[in-house]
Amino acid sequence: MTSSVLYDAPGPKARLRNRLYTVLGSLALAALLAFVVYRLDAKNQLDPDVWNIFNNAGVRANIRDGVLTTLKVFAVAGVLSLVLGLLLAVARLSERRPVRWFATGFIELFRAVPLLITIYALWVLFLTYKNDLGAVGDNTAFWGLVIGLTVYNGSVQAEIFRAGINAVPKGQVEAAYALGLRKYQVMTTLLLPQAVRSMLPTMISQLVVTLKDTSLGYVITYTELLFATRTMANNIIVNGENPFTAVTIVVGAIYIAMCLALSSVATWIERRGRRSKTGVAVAAAAEPAEQPGVLDAADRIPEQADGDADRPVK
Amino acid sequence: MNVLLDHLADFREGFIGTVLLTFASGLLAMVLGVIIAGFRVSPVPPLRMFGTAWVTLFRNTPLTLLFLVAWFVVPVVFVPGLSPWMKALLALSFYTSAFVCEAIRSGINTVPLGQAEAARSLGMSFSQTLRLIVLPQATRTVIPPLSSIFIALTKNSAIAGAFSVTELFGVQKMLSDQGFTITWIFLWVALGYLVITFSISGLFRLLERRLGVAR
Repeated sequence: MTSSVLYDAPGPKARLRNRLYTVLGSLALAALLAFVVYRLDAKNQLDPDVWNIFNNAGVRANIRDGVLTTLKVFAVAGVLSLVLGLLLAVARLSERRPVRWFATGFIELFRAVPLLITIYALWVLFLTYKNDLGAVGDNTAFWGLVIGLTVYNGSVQAEIFRAGINAVPKGQVEAAYALGLRKYQVMTTLLLPQAVRSMLPTMISQLVVTLKDTSLGYVITYTELLFATRTMANNIIVNGENPFTAVTIVVGAIYIAMCLALSSVATWIERRGRRSKTGVAVAAAAEPAEQPGVLDAADRIPEQADGDADRPVK
Repeated sequence: MNVLLDHLADFREGFIGTVLLTFASGLLAMVLGVIIAGFRVSPVPPLRMFGTAWVTLFRNTPLTLLFLVAWFVVPVVFVPGLSPWMKALLALSFYTSAFVCEAIRSGINTVPLGQAEAARSLGMSFSQTLRLIVLPQATRTVIPPLSSIFIALTKNSAIAGAFSVTELFGVQKMLSDQGFTITWIFLWVALGYLVITFSISGLFRLLERRLGVAR
């Protein structure tokens, strides 16, 4: 373990001590696990009857439908947020001042406000003007959730795009202008492809956030995975109580599996990107699930890349 | 417009609720995060495994699900009779601790290995190396990501309002249920959050400037 800054390669004494701690640590963890299992058992949560509900076709269909609606919201919101992010990023780099100001204001406002509040406000708005909205009016919760996710994640994606564009060496743009390329040509053939390439891992990590945040639909009673399974558990009674614990464990496992699958894509792309040699470095994918700060995510993304825990210590 | 002036007491209570919840869970998340980060960099394999499992588990679970666990699983299986505020505190701080842990771990990893090697070759003990060389540098690298994490925590605390804990989102919900115009409530509540998040980032920027180190 010479790769750690905290301790040397252990000698014979330290190895013995580490082995002792390993045994003690294992015992402590096993005790913790045993305690959890004991409590679950004592409260009848491990009864075969409780877990038998997952053999029921109706229960399984319910869970499957919940996963599908969650994925549907995620797909629509994910695509829309990338489109919005691209538009906002380009608008923020515009030379026209009102356009730039509008984009900056939009991004700062929706990044600073908790997503739940945006979603709830949109939902109430849609409910209020239900009759004037046409197709959207039938599906207020769905569109409230999707548009809320889009404006929030679009704002974050815009900052990610912008960081990518800013990371392209200035000489490239100067060279392109010197060759006589137009502004939109510089943007579409030179800046955006490189920005997307270098920021792809971060963008996918932000999509993991989008996926996790679809669960906020629970609050506005949209029947995504969480709401669907909660409603289901409310209607099932096993041994005199609702099987909330078992359902929660299963649903949690599904969420974790979906998010891990998506973030492993990000890590894979990052690793591939690091192999090839171009002027623009590929950002790290290791911060999948937390939003960057309100004020200056664009300045920070390169820093986070430096601080990436999975890289070897320089 | 008048909705703010007429319900100033509600808004104030919600604002204070958000600040208190954020502060308390931020504190607990820091403590938990530091302990788990210690596990993750320790030379003892089972502790490392525990740390990794903790971070993977909490980073990939939606916070709403954790709130449901705190509300419907924890009281049944572990401790009955927790107040809603305590449950919200537990959900928020366990979730945030995973991010704090990762920030601290990457902070420790950014300290160049040569620094510790130099310290040891000067004859410093382990605790001296840690106290005088590694931690001061790690702390400084960790400040910007921690600021992001606490801002995210402030925003995440809104979910507690949906679970009937008094804070700003709860105020928005209550007032819009009473039929006030959502646009104005939204703007006032948004302003409340902006005040909190700007103060956090300002505070951390100050810290960063005070403690900043050239490397």
